[in-house]
Amino acid sequence: MKKTTLATAMTLMAAGMVSGCVANNPAPPAAGTGSPSAGGPLAVTISDDGCDVATAAVPSGRVTFSLVNQGTVKNEFEILADDRLRIVGERENLGPGTTTEYAVVLEPGTYFTACKKNMVGPLVGAKQFTVSDSGRAVEVSQDERQLRDQAVTAYKAYVRDQVGQLTAATAAFVTAYKAGDTAKAKQLYPTARQHYERIEPTAEAFGIKEAGDLDVALDQREVDYQAAGTTSREWSGWHVLEKDLWRPSGYQGLSQAEGVKVADKLSADTKTLYGLVYSDDFTVNLDDISNGAIGLLEEVATSKITGEEEAFSHTDLWDFQANVEGAKVAFGNVEKLAEKKDPELTQQLKTRFAAMQAELDTFKHGEGFVFYDKVSDAQRKTLSNQVNALRRPLAKLTGAILA
Amino acid sequence: MNPHQTDHSGGGDTHQVRTSDEQDAASRQRRGISRRGVLAGSGIAALGLGAGAVGGYSLGGNRATTAADVMALSYPFRGEHQQGILTPQQQQMHTAAFDLVTDSRDDLIALLTEWTTAAENLTQGALVGQPRANREVPPDDTGETTDMGPAGLSITFGFGASLFETPSGKDRYGLASKRPANLLHAVPRMAGEKLDPSTCNGDLIVQACAEDPMVAMHAIHNLTRIAFGRASVRWGQLGYGRTSSTSKGQKTARNLFGFKDGTASLKGEDSQQLLTDNLWIQPGDPAGKYFAGGAYMGVRKISMFMEVWDELSLAEQERIVGRDKLEGAPLSGQREHDAPDFAAKDGDGRLAIDAGSHLAVVHPSHNGGARMLRRGYNFMEGNDPLGRLRGGLFFIAFGRDPHRNFISILSKMVGDAMTEYLQHTGSGLFICPPGLKPGEGFVGEAIF
Repeated sequence: MKKTTLATAMTLMAAGMVSGCVANNPAPPAAGTGSPSAGGPLAVTISDDGCDVATAAVPSGRVTFSLVNQGTVKNEFEILADDRLRIVGERENLGPGTTTEYAVVLEPGTYFTACKKNMVGPLVGAKQFTVSDSGRAVEVSQDERQLRDQAVTAYKAYVRDQVGQLTAATAAFVTAYKAGDTAKAKQLYPTARQHYERIEPTAEAFGIKEAGDLDVALDQREVDYQAAGTTSREWSGWHVLEKDLWRPSGYQGLSQAEGVKVADKLSADTKTLYGLVYSDDFTVNLDDISNGAIGLLEEVATSKITGEEEAFSHTDLWDFQANVEGAKVAFGNVEKLAEKKDPELTQQLKTRFAAMQAELDTFKHGEGFVFYDKVSDAQRKTLSNQVNALRRPLAKLTGAILA
Repeated sequence: MNPHQTDHSGGGDTHQVRTSDEQDAASRQRRGISRRGVLAGSGIAALGLGAGAVGGYSLGGNRATTAADVMALSYPFRGEHQQGILTPQQQQMHTAAFDLVTDSRDDLIALLTEWTTAAENLTQGALVGQPRANREVPPDDTGETTDMGPAGLSITFGFGASLFETPSGKDRYGLASKRPANLLHAVPRMAGEKLDPSTCNGDLIVQACAEDPMVAMHAIHNLTRIAFGRASVRWGQLGYGRTSSTSKGQKTARNLFGFKDGTASLKGEDSQQLLTDNLWIQPGDPAGKYFAGGAYMGVRKISMFMEVWDELSLAEQERIVGRDKLEGAPLSGQREHDAPDFAAKDGDGRLAIDAGSHLAVVHPSHNGGARMLRRGYNFMEGNDPLGRLRGGLFFIAFGRDPHRNFISILSKMVGDAMTEYLQHTGSGLFICPPGLKPGEGFVGEAIF
């Protein structure tokens, strides 16, 4: 789906010219906000394979971390919401051997702390981090400008985080595929793709600007490739390899050379995406966040609910889950602002996101989900009803936060 | 359904509302009659208001605009062109494509002759045959529209490439040499299509349009019955509510996305030059020898993902279409028929009309001036297993050259922002012979 493509691409170009970059540190506490955490800064010891916070529980308010990178490469410290997806605060570019102080205001709740070596790949040393109610009111800024900036900063960080994880997960998948380890490649396929499915509208935003359409290069379905009637460009991306791994009857599969070529291009295109979201020019507008959420649910409603996305692997529910998560993170990023503007809508969205997840949970199987070809029409209809229940209020979110 | 029945026995009453003689664009031009004046004074005006009148609304005391007028409306069957092309577009449609089930040329000629006779009767408000000819045999007419009136019925016939020769080259009726070179067996593959072969193409097509659904369905019902043994229905399509207008006396209708559709479509009031250039096959054309005065007919069944579209913000919907939703004006202008300015910028310095918008992609100025006469209908036919409404647009376009006026424009929709909300499921390309001159026996006679 390309709904937001143009608007976002425009934004990217314009923003690149105007602002260098948005501050990396979300929620900069206003002077005098909150209260210092007792006992001085919390030591965070970062290594290439660890991320140890001195204590796993603190009272709410202003929390200061002392980040010590004892590793050999650049690192990043992240505080994530309890979904382990939405980024509440982060500090990037921690050079080896450096110590940096980092302060953030945290409300009571469950969080996760984690590091990210080289600012790419999976979370390292993710641990639960509990913020108890200190009894001191955590002053949430009522300044809209600030809430908007926070939302944008956090969403940008989230997109980068997911693309970083996508890059590593894709590399692992490609390695298994190229080595002929079909079982492992099949196992890695749906979870690697989830990182992409969580941020797909952002990736699509690069479609027009770049010479090659990045979303088409990475994620085009065979029916769409055929329908486009393109002969000048070969079908590429995830679904080519999906078809090769889950060969439909009568399909001979790719030759080794063909497979390697597709896999290498998938890696290269993913790295291009990484370069784009990590460039200084990368920014998003507030409405890109809420429209991105809407776009993700639209994805669910059109291609996931019908089982058309993963025509061969039938791993549609992994994508479904990731699309819903991506929408929920986007909503989470603007929730404070939405609550201020339209508390009723905000409450309705929270309720419906929870109901959507509860419905999806009934399809969980082992580490993942049941395959979609085993989901009956009646079950698909129930899922579809839930998606529609969520899409209606979600479509009003942009209007609410821009009001 | 209508208490005010009209006498259809051929009396003058019916003739009063036959505005009909003015139907033909060429004769209009020659006689220099003001088209608007003619329309306003007679049945076609009632046509535009017909739906309201049927619904029982008071329309400012214009007594001419009663339901009875619409039911009594009829259009001449014979003329330079077939009816149902430039005829002011009616509200209801039943179109069916047929495959021949005989290899006999005589059977085909007999079928076309019987169809022609029946169509001429039906469009003039008569029944097929005599209702009580013989009590010992079934009546010729199935009877469901008895006493209803012609209701503006038009019946238009077209021939598919397979009538002339099968895709494998078999010449069943000795017509292969008559096949127009650009009458393809199928429209080339397009973006976003998921065609069901059983609802594509066909040897023959019959488009029945009327102001009343029963009248349109009755026509196809009876023509199907007549065809038994010679042809059978391949696919059929009902349309409820026109999505185009073929007369400036008609408001531009809306599609299921809520937007006015076909604003720039050719209309009966357009200049003879425009219609010659874009609509009617000319004697010097590749198909001119047998089909001058006829037109190509392209059809596409297009499912519309309403559930997705409906939740797009108004701004996004308008960006995709390139027009504002209420007035239908190009985003560069104020009124529906303002010429779009594709260079105009909005307040933020962006193009007012997005280059990928439907308007920008299909506009004649971006297609070498090519225009088409659109005559499509909305349809809504139940729902899928997920509870999503199965609705969309049955796109019908008439044009002089299938490539220039239809295929090349449609194929550009690959880059149209609206395409992702559409899926083409049916397709067909036909050629409609010219109208029947007085004394001619059946439609398409020239090729035999």
